[in-house]
Amino acid sequence: MLAFIIRRLLSTLLVMGLVGVFIFLLLHLSPGDPAAIIAGDNATPTQIEAIRTSLGLNDPLHLQFGRWAVRVLSGDLGISIFSNVPVATLIAQRVWPTLSLAFTTIVLAVLLAVAAGVLAAWKAGSFLDRLVMILSVVGFSVPVFVVGYLLIYVFAITLRWLPVQGYTPLAEGLWPWARHLILPSLALGLAYVALIARITRTAMLDVLAEDYMRTARAKGVATGPMLFKHALKSAGVPIVTVVGIGIALLIGGVVITETVFNLPGIGRLVVDAISKRDYPIIQGVILLFSGVYVIINLLVDLSYTLLDPRIRY
Amino acid sequence: MTVAAAEITNMPRRSGLWHFVRRNPTLVGGSIVLILVALAALAAPLIAGDPIAAKPANRLRPPSHLNWLGTDQLGRDVWARTVYGARISLVVGLAVATIAMAIGLLVGLLAGFSRTVESVVMRLMDGLMAIPAILLAIAFVSLSKASVSIVVAAIALPEIPRVVRLVRSVVLSVREQPFVEAAVASGTRLPKILSRHILPATVPPLIVQATYVAASAILIEAALSFLGAGTPPEIPTWGNMIASSRVYLGLAPWTIFGPGLALALIVLAVNLVGDGLRDRLDPRIARRM
Repeated sequence: MLAFIIRRLLSTLLVMGLVGVFIFLLLHLSPGDPAAIIAGDNATPTQIEAIRTSLGLNDPLHLQFGRWAVRVLSGDLGISIFSNVPVATLIAQRVWPTLSLAFTTIVLAVLLAVAAGVLAAWKAGSFLDRLVMILSVVGFSVPVFVVGYLLIYVFAITLRWLPVQGYTPLAEGLWPWARHLILPSLALGLAYVALIARITRTAMLDVLAEDYMRTARAKGVATGPMLFKHALKSAGVPIVTVVGIGIALLIGGVVITETVFNLPGIGRLVVDAISKRDYPIIQGVILLFSGVYVIINLLVDLSYTLLDPRIRY
Repeated sequence: MTVAAAEITNMPRRSGLWHFVRRNPTLVGGSIVLILVALAALAAPLIAGDPIAAKPANRLRPPSHLNWLGTDQLGRDVWARTVYGARISLVVGLAVATIAMAIGLLVGLLAGFSRTVESVVMRLMDGLMAIPAILLAIAFVSLSKASVSIVVAAIALPEIPRVVRLVRSVVLSVREQPFVEAAVASGTRLPKILSRHILPATVPPLIVQATYVAASAILIEAALSFLGAGTPPEIPTWGNMIASSRVYLGLAPWTIFGPGLALALIVLAVNLVGDGLRDRLDPRIARRM
């Protein structure tokens, strides 16, 4: 077990190192001049030259990478061209809306999807089952921003039940915080719900066909506990895997959702950086989100042993 | 006996087309939608007006017999822009799927046949997969000038690892089959084994994968255009139409939902074709899903 954890940690470090190399090379092998890109569109030749010397862009590539990696590891993600503030500080300022959105989306999506998947498997072949399956195909096909504007149009503009856009910090109360996050979470979570519901249904169908489920039913276990306690626990491994895999889907969607609903999070930071051509911000956020993705994958792998004691490494 | 045999051989022929439609509703339905969209995109100048011409006097008109999907904030015809927008989506979907399949197939074949290539390539793919596709594409586009080919390259790059993994897994399982061992034992050269015995086995799963890659490429292209990191703004795309009209959502919802519906419909159609092909070509996976 310990050997497995160590091996898994090492491979995580390797993957993260490769991500670093990719992101580093992206800037340095791109057709443009890195110094000019980092300096921004309005920089004078002297400024560009100053950046070139200060970043040591004339040194061999592997030396530059070493220096860059050391800086990144110490938390220095560079300085924003536009606001002249360290990228790490900008990200720290924007982290709460993004974390809030991620949290409510995962909770809402997992609850909805697992319930829908379990019911669909329990009533396999029924109208409900078909409805869940159709919705899960549609959920994969409708882009986040179209769902987002549809939700805004129906629930915020027409019915006026929920706010159109914006974010209220949790410090100002649970409900004001939550009501700004309901529509964004639904929009962002739709594809995620589709994915998890599909896998939950498949995994549950397999488990429900097992002999011990018949035994449970025969000895009189009520339907609710039978489905959610006995069966769902056995079906846990593939579901947890897909919850983890799906977070990759969410990370891309966060950027779009924050734009649609005007949430001042890390995703907005990137989108604003596109039009200002503020490359250090884009690079910093990619590093951060890739790191989150790699760590979540690690946690998913490690969680298998907790869910299924038969899995031993 | 002969009558029964004749009936059996005749049966599929008699009800051929209808039988096929009944058996593959998703494949046929999705294909029909895609063919219609492709025809509309090709015939855009014939069935739609000018997508660029702005008529300020006609701003934000609701759908009517003149403007089927209304007009946007500059008085441009939403129907015309939506029809022209299909061109970008289809081109990007097709190009990304082709490029990702070609590179993924090549790398996957090599990885499946050489241990040294495999260990290096698969680690590289793990690294590439860890970078969120939309962010990688944003970085790619922001480092270069916006153009359709940059967008295609930016979207294709993060799709490659999935194809490589798929091809490699097929190669690994086929490689152990007796007929490959027999070919190796009888002295067949590696290129011939690859092309005659291994390659054909990768084709069905690749075709299925290509449709899913195309669907995801269309979604990512729309997202990039929506975020302002896509094709140049002069070209109407569904993503930049929605982005430029979004403040008029309450006043003129047709400016958002016209292209939005088109986008959802085409992606749904591609996904349905993918599901239908998967059921036909790879029944093993189909049963598991």
